[in-house]
This record gives sequence, C-alpha cells and structure tokens, in this order.
Amino acid sequence: MLLRAFAARLEAGAAAALVGANGAGKTTLLRAVAGLIRPAAGVVAFAGAAGPIEPDEARRFGCHLMGHQDGLKSGRAAREELDFQVRWSGGTAAAGLAAAARLGLVRQLDLPVRALSAGQRRRLALARLLACPRSLWLLDEPLAPLDAASRALMGEVMAEHLAGGGLILAAVHDPLPIPARDIVIGTP
Amino acid sequence: MSAVLVLARRELSLAWGRGGGALLAVGFLVAASVMLPLSLGPAPAGLARVAGGVTWVVLALASLLSLERLFERDFEDGALDILALGPLPLEAVAAIKCAAHWAVVGAPLALAAPVAAIALGTPPAAGPMIAAAAALGGLAFAFLGGAGAALALASRRGGLLIAVIVLPLLTPPVIFGGAAIDDFQAHLPWATPMALLAAYALAAAALAPFAMAGACRNALG
Repeated sequence: MLLRAFAARLEAGAAAALVGANGAGKTTLLRAVAGLIRPAAGVVAFAGAAGPIEPDEARRFGCHLMGHQDGLKSGRAAREELDFQVRWSGGTAAAGLAAAARLGLVRQLDLPVRALSAGQRRRLALARLLACPRSLWLLDEPLAPLDAASRALMGEVMAEHLAGGGLILAAVHDPLPIPARDIVIGTP
Repeated sequence: MSAVLVLARRELSLAWGRGGGALLAVGFLVAASVMLPLSLGPAPAGLARVAGGVTWVVLALASLLSLERLFERDFEDGALDILALGPLPLEAVAAIKCAAHWAVVGAPLALAAPVAAIALGTPPAAGPMIAAAAALGGLAFAFLGGAGAALALASRRGGLLIAVIVLPLLTPPVIFGGAAIDDFQAHLPWATPMALLAAYALAAAALAPFAMAGACRNALG
C-alpha cells in the first residue's frame, strides 16, 4: 500500500502540486483520481456547482489525464494523432489545429511522431487538453521534457485554465510556473 | 456515434500497419498452402481429401499472426489510458478494435481462403461458400484472439500465453468450417455446420468484449 490516511481537497480555480520522492505514489494517486486504479480503501469524490457528480461521468467527460507516456503512435503523422486524440476526447479538428498553433507545433504536424523531440511530443499531447475543455487536469511530470520557453507557455496555458474555473493536480519535481499549493505525499 | 467513427478510422489505419497487416497474413496463408503438397505428396485425390481441414487450420494460424499486438502497443505507449478515459466504455473500444482487425486482416483472408482450398483440390463451386465461412470464422478468430491479447497484457511471455489460451478456443470454428467444406464436397447439406459456425462467431463477438475490457482494466490498474 502506497498511500495511507491521505486526504486532500481541490477547489475550482486552484492548482495543487503533488510533491514527493520517486516512488512515493504520485503517479498512483493521479491514476486513482482518474479511475484507472481502484483504491483498496477510500474514495475519490467529484462535485460541480450543482452538487456531487457521478465519478464515472466526471472522469469520462470532466477530466484529462496527461501521463508521462503521451499515447502517441510513433509511426503515424503528428496531425493524425492530434486529430484522433482531440476528436476522441470530444473536441473538433479545428480546435485541435488552433491548439497546435498556440503551442507552436504547426510546422511539425506533417512529420511522423517519431521525428518529434520529447518536448514537442509533450506539447502535442498537451494540445488535446487545450482543444477539448475539461475542468480537471491531472498532469504527471508536465514540465519534465520542456525547455524554458515552453515552460513559460505552459504556465500561461495553466493560468488561463485556472482563470476559467479549472482545476489542476500535477505531480512535479520542479516547481510549477503558477502559484500552487504543495501536497506532500510519502512522509510517514 | 462520432466517437465510434473516430476510433474506427484510427484502428483501421493501425491494423493496416500492425505486424505486416493483411499482406503478412495472406502471404502466410499462401506460403503454407504451397508447402502442404510438398510435404503430403502431390497425389490430387489425397490432397483434395484434406483440403478443407488444412485450409481452416492455416486460416486460424494466419489470423493470429498480428493479433498479439492488438492491445500491447496502446498499453505500452499510454494510449490505452486515453482510450479508457474516452466517451465510450472499454467494452465498445475493444469490440471496435477487433472489428477493425477483422475488416483489415479477416476480409482479405476470407478472399484468399477459397483460392487456397481450390488450389488444393476443393471443387471451384465451393468457392463462395468457403469465402462466407472464412469471413464468419475470421470474426470468431479476431474476437477470441483479441481476448487472448488482452489477457496477455502486462505479462512478459505474451505470445506463448496467447497460443495456450486462444488455440483451444479456435478449435470449434475450425471443426465447423472444415465440416462445411467436407459436406459440400460430399453433396451433403452444409447448412448445419455453417449455422453452428455463425452461432459460435456471434457468441464470440458478443462475449469477448467483456473479457477484453476486464483484462484491460486489470492491466491498467
């Protein structure tokens, strides 16, 4: 068991940084919130302005998980993968292209994914979050492969998401580029 | 509905490229059918007698070739997370993946199977019946093979596991399909084995998605 006696609450418009040593359970917690891991005990509850939301519905339509694997197929064109990820999550192709433009990926769209750098892949994965608005962003090491300019852009994007009433829960080792409350896990 | 189309388009394109796709499966079928007369001896009467059964065994093995990686890539690169958090339940995702595999690999195999059977000595009049039976059998192969692929996720010797789990499940369609060809050759009514084959394929398509979704959830958690 990784996490014991753990409780945290995240409000709309707020960001929280999950901090802890390697192996402390940050990814596990994110995946449990996303519903991919069923906790042995305890609950993850979601609530909207109108009251509690059914967890399955909240996860399917209200939550984005960006793991440290980006789910992009290396053999396919970046444009195809962007199009699939955006439309699968409920966005439109046009919104996907706009997000890619915002993230500075227009010239890379016709390349196969394997030709993209780690930072470009991460930004391509992020385009899905911009193109289909969902309240809760679960981010696993979102900054790791990004350069300074991309980190600043990421901060801008996150700040906008929060300003629109969104929530961010991010597992990080470096500080997030936005004001965020630290949730430390893994301390006895 | 649009989510179904979006996923189906992706899966068709992935199935085309997965492990050589249709080309490899059809190539395997042709190569195996060419090698058989070499090992069994070229006497036409003997070949014609085993043609139906042999075609079905080769068909089953050819369908399994690229199925092993049906879920594995998505599991390894994180795409399965995105699929699991999408608008469709995992059961539907799994069914669409298998259906796409069937369309890309099973349909060309269904067209190639009569050619192989006729080349081995089945009367040409049996061609359309063999194609229809192979299409039905391919449906069973795709869904059962997909269930094996999902169960083998997160285990290291996946290929071996699939062979052990899936091959016994593929025996009934092989029996029914071979029997349909034999009955046709013997001028007996072949509707019964065909009906059994169809029932088995539809049952596989109806039940396997639940097994696949459960196995995927288990592998993700």
